[in-house]
Amino acid sequence: MSSLILRAATRALAPLLILLSLFLLWRGHNEPGGGFIGGLVAASAAALQGIAFGPAAARRMLWLPPAAVAGVGLAAALLSIVPSALFGLPPMAALWSKVDLGDGAYIPLGTPLLFDVGVFLVVVGSVVALIAALEHKPE
Amino acid sequence: MLSVVLAPFAASLLAPFLVARLGDRAALVLALVPAALFGWALANLGEAYPGRVEATPWVPGLSVPLSFNLDGLSSLFTLLITGIGTLVVLYAGGYLKGHARLGRFFVILFGFMGSMLGVVLSDNVITLFVFWELTSLTSYLLVGFEAQKPEARRSALQALLITGTGGLCLLAGLILLAEAGGSWELSDLALSRSWLQDSPLYVPALILILLGCFTKSAQWPFHSWLPGAMAAPTPVSAYLHSATMVKAGVYLLARLEPALAGSEIWLYSLLVIGAVTMLTGAVFALLETDLKLVLAWTTVSALGTLVFLLAPSDEPSVKAAMAFLLVHALYKGALFMTAGNIDHEAGTRDLTRLSGLARVMPLTFAAAAMASLSMAGLPIGLGWVAKELIGTAKLADDIGFTLTSATIANAMVFAVAGIAALSPYLGKRSEAAEHAHEAPWTMLAGPLVLGALGLVFGMLPQLAADALITPAAAAVLGQKPVLAIAIFKGVDWKFLLTLATFAAGAVIYLLWRRFGAAWRDASAPILARGPDRGYDRLLAGLASFATWLTRLMQPGVLHRYVGASFVVVALIVLASAFRGRFTLAMPSDGGLVVEWAVILLTGAAAIVTALATTRLLAVTALGVVGLGVTMIFMVFSAPDLAITQFMVETLVVVILALVLIRLPGFQLGTPQQRQGPAALLLAVAVGTGTALLLLGVLAEPFDTRLAEWFAAESVPGGQGRNVVNVILVDFRALDTLGEITVVAAAALGGLAAMMRVGRRRADAPPQSNLGEPR
Repeated sequence: MSSLILRAATRALAPLLILLSLFLLWRGHNEPGGGFIGGLVAASAAALQGIAFGPAAARRMLWLPPAAVAGVGLAAALLSIVPSALFGLPPMAALWSKVDLGDGAYIPLGTPLLFDVGVFLVVVGSVVALIAALEHKPE
Repeated sequence: MLSVVLAPFAASLLAPFLVARLGDRAALVLALVPAALFGWALANLGEAYPGRVEATPWVPGLSVPLSFNLDGLSSLFTLLITGIGTLVVLYAGGYLKGHARLGRFFVILFGFMGSMLGVVLSDNVITLFVFWELTSLTSYLLVGFEAQKPEARRSALQALLITGTGGLCLLAGLILLAEAGGSWELSDLALSRSWLQDSPLYVPALILILLGCFTKSAQWPFHSWLPGAMAAPTPVSAYLHSATMVKAGVYLLARLEPALAGSEIWLYSLLVIGAVTMLTGAVFALLETDLKLVLAWTTVSALGTLVFLLAPSDEPSVKAAMAFLLVHALYKGALFMTAGNIDHEAGTRDLTRLSGLARVMPLTFAAAAMASLSMAGLPIGLGWVAKELIGTAKLADDIGFTLTSATIANAMVFAVAGIAALSPYLGKRSEAAEHAHEAPWTMLAGPLVLGALGLVFGMLPQLAADALITPAAAAVLGQKPVLAIAIFKGVDWKFLLTLATFAAGAVIYLLWRRFGAAWRDASAPILARGPDRGYDRLLAGLASFATWLTRLMQPGVLHRYVGASFVVVALIVLASAFRGRFTLAMPSDGGLVVEWAVILLTGAAAIVTALATTRLLAVTALGVVGLGVTMIFMVFSAPDLAITQFMVETLVVVILALVLIRLPGFQLGTPQQRQGPAALLLAVAVGTGTALLLLGVLAEPFDTRLAEWFAAESVPGGQGRNVVNVILVDFRALDTLGEITVVAAAALGGLAAMMRVGRRRADAPPQSNLGEPR
């Protein structure tokens, strides 16, 4: 598919969608969003890229092969279980620490965030893997 | 006692390294393990009555402890398992000298030894079952040890299927037994006879347990796996398939005798099945020419005798059973090992080609002769048991049956003792005997020790009685019996009957020498229709049934799968709608304009989907339906759901379009096949059903406890205000972990499928472009 309008629009839209997906991932714990939704948005950015510029471009948006990204995501989700075990808590119990920014403002960081990042990566990796494989034209 | 059971497993893990380092001599080191356990069992003989229970927690959540009980019965079995085990390990070192898989052999053999010890020592029924199944599994691996031979694989599978099916019955039976008896510990169940036998669960439990025991102990009609198991190397036949594992069923019957025996169903099923097995085994033993098969059939016969003896559950017969159990293990282990020696040194086990071996293999002959004397009926041998048997036949109306079947079987077993011990060794030297020579000492120690022990116990019966038989019988009977054994009780009619049995046996032996070949020819067509044939038929039937079922359930056509799922959904919903109280909530407020607009849009898109003339239009219209659903979520303020639904719908349209484009021969304008009226009916049914279901759900009061709890705990417990996400990544993170695993696995599966398609296409010859429109 070689539509000039689509390609021009994709150049602008795809990075915006990626930004949006990260934003959704980050705020998901307090506002609508989260790893699953963010992952789907990022995957749709990759799908758009693939339709406009071909499957290779879609794969290039990720640093690793898409299936590997999904694997890294699973590993991250599993890794988030470990800290609670080290503290002798039940497996998967959430641990939080607050990073102080001064002025009473702080960023809470915790194992659920790592877990959510894992979810994000699994969704992105899996969907992009399928879409890129489907867009790939057999010779 | 836990360490006693675990010791062979530890040896099992060490065995390959020892074999790699020491070669065949590893057997000498490994034999120390069962020898030490034998010593432990001997040292604990004194305290074997009334028994000692030790428990280690294992699965506390299900209250299944690793509890073990050492009483007279388990002592007897432990001594047999470890004692014969020591000799068998030594023997295997010689028999399998230089075998490439000797290490693997010892891994499985010691695994079996530990499992068998577990069976006879377990007090908890679940623990017992676990070890029981482990013995079936290790037996499977040992029978199939020579896996390059098809008949070994077939026999192994047959043994596994028969004992495994029995094992499943046994599990069900044991669970029913524990429910009815009120305890999961065998030592408690032994005291529960009074209320257990009144329970309605008694009969089903008994039948299932009997099925488990009969399959394991090769009772008719489940016996066919045992002769087949002779495909195993001879040490295995001597150990598993004569001395120990096949006695597990007998062991369990004896163990459960205090709880289950006494009813008519127990008495008659054991009596009849035992007698039939006893006679079948004895007859078939006379019809074989393979020495190992002859011995295997006498083992079947002996197992039948044991079951038979356990039927009346009075003192003399239980004592007789325990005595016979000990004697049989000794002489049959020895005879199998001598058969192995002949096979190993003369190169054949065919009785028609073996004679005159006594000169070249004198020690093997000595061992075989001692074992045969015991088998044929020295005072503590079968003859003695026969006499005791008559004492058990105090059931006046059964005396004919009991006496006749026991006497006939004894006469035939007497003849077989001659066949196994005399015919290969005496007479003029056959061709096979010419280049035979005596076996190495490791292969002579076993049969000589076991044969000699049989003789010693025969001459000093009180020794065996005090140390082994009385405590074992005490455990079975639940009381301490006094056992007086006299070698010669004076001439009465029982003694005369024994003499008559010997005479009949001698006659049968002479007849066999003369007419054996004719008997075999005459019986061959009948034997071809036995239970073994039935097993083959059953297996073939199972395979074709599975094929039929798979074709029915997995037609490989997508719309049949979807159709089947929808039919089930529609039936369940409609059936529950017409069944009992089912009130519908009727929305009364009329709804907002925006709601109606969304519903109209979604409905219109659905109709377009159904009527679409091309597939691409259908997919796009389906996407619009999804967007309608998204808007419904928005209207009812569920933003997370709405965004997810929106993204999923978008990606689904993209993926479906990509799939459609890749379909062979797909064109943008390809018309869609119209579905028939059946599809319309199904769609209406599912739609109506779902609508009814939702209205019904709305009519029920909504339980808000869970929602309120999550809303209240979200910030303090989960550090987040978005309840949905807190549930996903914190409260129910395990669910999410499972889901993302599924997502990743599905992606990998899809990738693999597409790579195959791509490869197949690349391999296919190039197709002509002529037919394709521009």
